[in-house]
Amino acid sequence: MTDLTSLTLAEARDRLKHRAISSVEITKAHLEAIERAKGLNTFVAITADKALQMAEVSDARLATKEAGPLEGLPIGVKDLYATEGIHTQACSHILDGFKPRYESTVTANLWRDGAVMLGKLNMDEFAMGSSNETSYYGPVASPWLPPNWSRDRGRTAALSSDKRGLLTPGGSSGGSSSAVAARLCLAATASDTGGSIRQPAAFTGIVGVKPTYGRCSRYGMVAFASSLDQAGPLARTVRDAAIMLRSMAGPDPKDSTCSPTAVPDYEAAVGRSVRGMKIGVPKEYRLEGMSSEIDALWAGGAEWLRTAGATVVEVSLPHTPYALPAYYIVAPAEASSNLARYDGVRYGLREPGADITELYEKTRATGFGTEVRRRLMIGTYVLSAGYYDAYYVRAQKIRTLIKRDFERAFADGVDAILTPATPSAAFGIGEKGSDNPVEMYLNDVFTVTVNMAGLPGLVAPAGLSSDGLPLGLQLIGRPFDEETLFALGETIEQSAGRMTLPEPWWV
Amino acid sequence: MPVDLNTVRRIAHLARIAVSEAETPHLQDEINAILKFVEALDTVDIDGVEPMTSVIPMRLPMREDVVADGDIAPLVLANAPLTEDGFFVVPKVIE
Repeated sequence: MTDLTSLTLAEARDRLKHRAISSVEITKAHLEAIERAKGLNTFVAITADKALQMAEVSDARLATKEAGPLEGLPIGVKDLYATEGIHTQACSHILDGFKPRYESTVTANLWRDGAVMLGKLNMDEFAMGSSNETSYYGPVASPWLPPNWSRDRGRTAALSSDKRGLLTPGGSSGGSSSAVAARLCLAATASDTGGSIRQPAAFTGIVGVKPTYGRCSRYGMVAFASSLDQAGPLARTVRDAAIMLRSMAGPDPKDSTCSPTAVPDYEAAVGRSVRGMKIGVPKEYRLEGMSSEIDALWAGGAEWLRTAGATVVEVSLPHTPYALPAYYIVAPAEASSNLARYDGVRYGLREPGADITELYEKTRATGFGTEVRRRLMIGTYVLSAGYYDAYYVRAQKIRTLIKRDFERAFADGVDAILTPATPSAAFGIGEKGSDNPVEMYLNDVFTVTVNMAGLPGLVAPAGLSSDGLPLGLQLIGRPFDEETLFALGETIEQSAGRMTLPEPWWV
Repeated sequence: MPVDLNTVRRIAHLARIAVSEAETPHLQDEINAILKFVEALDTVDIDGVEPMTSVIPMRLPMREDVVADGDIAPLVLANAPLTEDGFFVVPKVIE
């Protein structure tokens, strides 16, 4: 009997459809895998009973051929999606005990299509982080062992609460990426504001897609930065990501920034020829001091696309160096507004205070972690009187210039842009950011431009570093042209060969 | 431009986050590290450039001005730390 957790989402879907396996069987197999993997700290809430109930309903629908596109498939959900009656805290202490009385549109779409919910996944607090080290529930460990570590050493480290030395799975969707790479779920929902889907995908050797801003509804997603946030899938293959995105995406009258356009059949684009496509390689992404390994991977990716019949041209996106600093003004500014609602009055944690102001100040001081507090302070400052023009307005103008760079490249006939996904492979938990917060922010250097311009981005695993750790490549597309990204992503996946994910060392 | 301790206290008050005197210098360093990082933006020529208002061109969707939901007060109050008779209860707001 095949280990059911080693199937791809597409393979599982087909076996369920042909009744070769049942949803209850595959759901149970994943719940058992999750139990054995507690040391990775990927799940913050496991909904075992609900999962089995949903699986039974799915089995009945599969029997009568009423199956939806995701019928019976066990999925993990990032903790910032409102799931009715179930733990939803964006991994923050300030939302202690919060169980929403409503469902996010993205997850509602998944359940509409028959998916089974395994539970809620760990993440950086309020999606602020690039390593899943800011979560109230502690860090997540990647299923990839650090170079030269034995299984025993890994197991011992996984038993500790700080997991020091183990690798980060990236962030903020670290629980999602680790769970997918460790085969604890067939796919996961995640979110991306500055790279929080794509960077974790690169660090764990899986596929991540941040669709065009407005492709998915943000209703019911705990908001970080409303002009940047976007929902997207993490999965083990490009096909699986396409299947997930098709269900997740779609119009929603409850989100005024959600596009009313219909969702194409993304799976149909997987395997489409890329012959004749024009791929842009932006020279400003070649950073000073960039590792030759990443450079070689990038050149290798361009060669794969050439072999498949695409032409590769150099393009210039001159405002690239300003994207990261502009992001670290715009995103915290929007966050300071979005997180003002966490005040101890209507939900979550409440710290007692003699008057209302003290209640607010104490609740927020106790409830927010240090990274969140740092960003809220910056955000408050750059929006405050006397500084608003110098910082926030300036950053928003630079954002216009960043977007214009991409528009110019696309107008010149480029269909997609190829870049590295991250400046390095995954680093160790506890290794970065303690001296200078900016050190951690530099992880997002290749990804934030895409959020700033509202464009779709796909990361696919492209190879291994000399240390044996996964490295990914990023494709950036035209607005609402995710299909081109899926076609190109599949080419990368076929050329690179399917990534061999690590065998469990944590049991 | 770096911030001084008084500015850090003022920002903390605006953000309604209690920051102890002991924590203030460290927070000042963190904020200044980020402000230093974003100084790079000062050199960009933004003359005649409009600030980004909508990252994807879209018209604000409109709907009929009719009541479409409501009567869900218990649901709205369900997660509150303290309620009474359909109200959220808080310490005194006005002197």
